[in-house]
Amino acid sequence: MPCPSCGVGDPTDPSAYVAVQSISLQTSRDVVMARQAVARALKSRGASAIRTTRFATAVSEIARNAIVHGGGGEITIGFDLASAYLMVECRDKGRGIADIPQAMVDGFTTAGGLGRGLGGAKRLADRFEIITEAGKGTRVRMGVKV
Amino acid sequence: MSGIAAIHLVENALLVSIQDDVSDVEIIDLQDALSRRIAEENVRGVVLDISALEIVDTFVGRVIAQLAGISRLLDAETYVVGMRPAVAVTLVELGLYLPETRTALSLTHALSQLRRG
Repeated sequence: MPCPSCGVGDPTDPSAYVAVQSISLQTSRDVVMARQAVARALKSRGASAIRTTRFATAVSEIARNAIVHGGGGEITIGFDLASAYLMVECRDKGRGIADIPQAMVDGFTTAGGLGRGLGGAKRLADRFEIITEAGKGTRVRMGVKV
Repeated sequence: MSGIAAIHLVENALLVSIQDDVSDVEIIDLQDALSRRIAEENVRGVVLDISALEIVDTFVGRVIAQLAGISRLLDAETYVVGMRPAVAVTLVELGLYLPETRTALSLTHALSQLRRG
């Protein structure tokens, strides 16, 4: 079901999205696979170099987060023909994010990184949504208009 | 480490072309290898060719910034060459300005700067 307030759809829903690819996220090599798959999907649909790079970078950030903070996960890429949005959903089964507003602030980090990944990913995507629950993991959905 | 990044000694600089499919693990290995080579070969500079990179995210950006810091402590300058416009736009949006690195439009330009320096 699309989220009525924010318009972020569910790319794992086959009735609304054309499945592009799903990738298991376990190692840093999988992050490369995910960002390359997204870049290919955008370029093949005629997206510009700048839009491709911006969104593939956002995907790289959230895919790495799923591995570093979430202990691994999976990313699903789907395309909505009606709205021409490429959407991704990245899921992990980690401990969740305790305070999302704090996690979005540039400079906040729990793992010794730069603390710019999550806020940066939101700025680089046209649509962005995080759903997280303590102990149950985190799901990030992001989209870009092609 | 795979063949992702061969390090070449050109004049008084170490030249590295980073490949588009570089992973986090591989770029950390590259940072270690480059740090060793800077000290061993007593070079004036490091030139990182990132023209193959379609994305530079916060992890790779941080490694590049750290490498530049390490180089400076070892008395070498780091030049980043071949940055794509889309990558520059994205880095600024991420708030990464790579202040420790010097940028050059081409390898030739970087080497001529190093010769003069």
